[in-house]
Amino acid sequence: MIISTQVLLGQLTIGLVNGCFYALLSLGLAIIFGLLNIINFAHGALYMLGAFAAYLALQLFGINYWYALFLAPLVVGCFAILIERFFLRRLEGLDHLYGLLFTFGLAIALEGIFRDRFGSAGLSYAVPAQLRGLLDLGFMRLPTYRAWVVVASLFVCVSVWFLLERTRYGSYLRAGTENPRLVQSLGINVPLLVTLTYGLGAGLAAFAGVLAAPIYQVHPLMGSNILIVTFAVVVIGGLGSTGGAIITGLALGVIEGLTKVFYPEASSTAVFIIMAIVLLIRPAGLFGQES
Amino acid sequence: MNAHVSPPSQRPGPDTGNVVIRVRDLHAYYGESHILHGVSFDVREREVVSLLGRNGGGRTTTIRAIMGLVDRVKGSIEIKGKQTIGMKPFRIARLGLGYCPEERGIFSSLSCEENLLLPPRVSDQGMSLEQIYDIFPNLKTRRNAPGTKLSGGEQQMLAIARILRTGAKILLLDEISEGLAPTIVDSLAETITKLRSLGYTIVMIEQNFEFAAPLADRFLVMERGRVVLELDQSELAEKTELINHYLGV
Repeated sequence: MIISTQVLLGQLTIGLVNGCFYALLSLGLAIIFGLLNIINFAHGALYMLGAFAAYLALQLFGINYWYALFLAPLVVGCFAILIERFFLRRLEGLDHLYGLLFTFGLAIALEGIFRDRFGSAGLSYAVPAQLRGLLDLGFMRLPTYRAWVVVASLFVCVSVWFLLERTRYGSYLRAGTENPRLVQSLGINVPLLVTLTYGLGAGLAAFAGVLAAPIYQVHPLMGSNILIVTFAVVVIGGLGSTGGAIITGLALGVIEGLTKVFYPEASSTAVFIIMAIVLLIRPAGLFGQES
Repeated sequence: MNAHVSPPSQRPGPDTGNVVIRVRDLHAYYGESHILHGVSFDVREREVVSLLGRNGGGRTTTIRAIMGLVDRVKGSIEIKGKQTIGMKPFRIARLGLGYCPEERGIFSSLSCEENLLLPPRVSDQGMSLEQIYDIFPNLKTRRNAPGTKLSGGEQQMLAIARILRTGAKILLLDEISEGLAPTIVDSLAETITKLRSLGYTIVMIEQNFEFAAPLADRFLVMERGRVVLELDQSELAEKTELINHYLGV
């Protein structure tokens, strides 16, 4: 079979764009799992809330895309902070199945509410005027907006990585991921740290949601579709590993793109096949620490 | 207070200084098992108290209960006059307590210096990084190494150093000499001596009686969740046999 470089590079680029969404979402999932020990099934719903927040801000208040990019993560982050403070905190110390069940229920409830109010047809969100048009990359014409998605998500991923690896908050978070009880006995306000971290993870999901709004339809179930792949990304990268989540997210997007070129039938299952192989060879994930 | 009048080299001796930790009728439970059965004792300011006894006697549980790390406790623990039962551990630490756990608790994803800088300051009396590197020069040369790449002795020094930086003046040290080479144990003894001369209050759990004997002002022997013997430094010589009986040497 002969594959033109153009098709190959084209699918690689599209895969990279998808990979950016995986990276943003799995980064949030990974830090939440690391500190709270909760598999956040509501993550897809928070991503959906981000997209809807942008949509509603535009429809109701005329708030444009650029403001929404900041406001939606903020609003969704605050919502998540309330959820953590009043619900998730009560599950602390219980088997983490309870956290999983609670966030799963929350996701179903949120998606149900939005489906009831907005239907399941999907709503469109216009690409902002500044980002319309195509970029000529030589081998392909890439919609400018998709290039922007790559730039914006990489910038946010690198910023969050910097926050986690090079700041005081980051050292609290890394230490808290290893041993929250000990961190607390050293005088650090761990309950506050947990609340803020859940808010940060949710904010990242909402940011991805705003980025996604002009590409995919704003849809009540948009989160549950992407969440399953995101879980696979986190498992492959290693639960609780933040750098691993970013790199794996991008890499899997690209691999998914390549599969579309070489064996399109497997493109939606490739991620799960890789997950199965990684789990067999390195159960802690590619970047996880064996315990 | 009289503590300020006496020169730092002089031992404060019993019955001087304020009581900074007052434990009364403390009961602690892990799941179904009842670990502490009514423990009572006082620790005074600038005093070095050693908790002795066999493993399983309840010494670590006592310290963990003081730090708020045991979920089910009954009785009373007052720190500087403040009741701390039911308080969150980070609030207890901020009363000026520094805790060095038996497993040392060095974080592997943090560098040596990040570990050192992790706990927030609880008072303005904490040591500066220079002072700490003065006492523990090894930590300076290893400052960028990941926490768990340090040797056992270095990890132990780091675990002590990081609570000295916070300004905590009451130190709870769990088995700091355990599993370390004799030369390192000697330098830890020097460190404790130096800290006592700087006016720290220290509660130390020790398996190694030889290590604790010259360092502590007072000894509490625990067995089956109770304090069964309380001795001053001056009584040590005449009661060696009794101590050996309890420690099973």
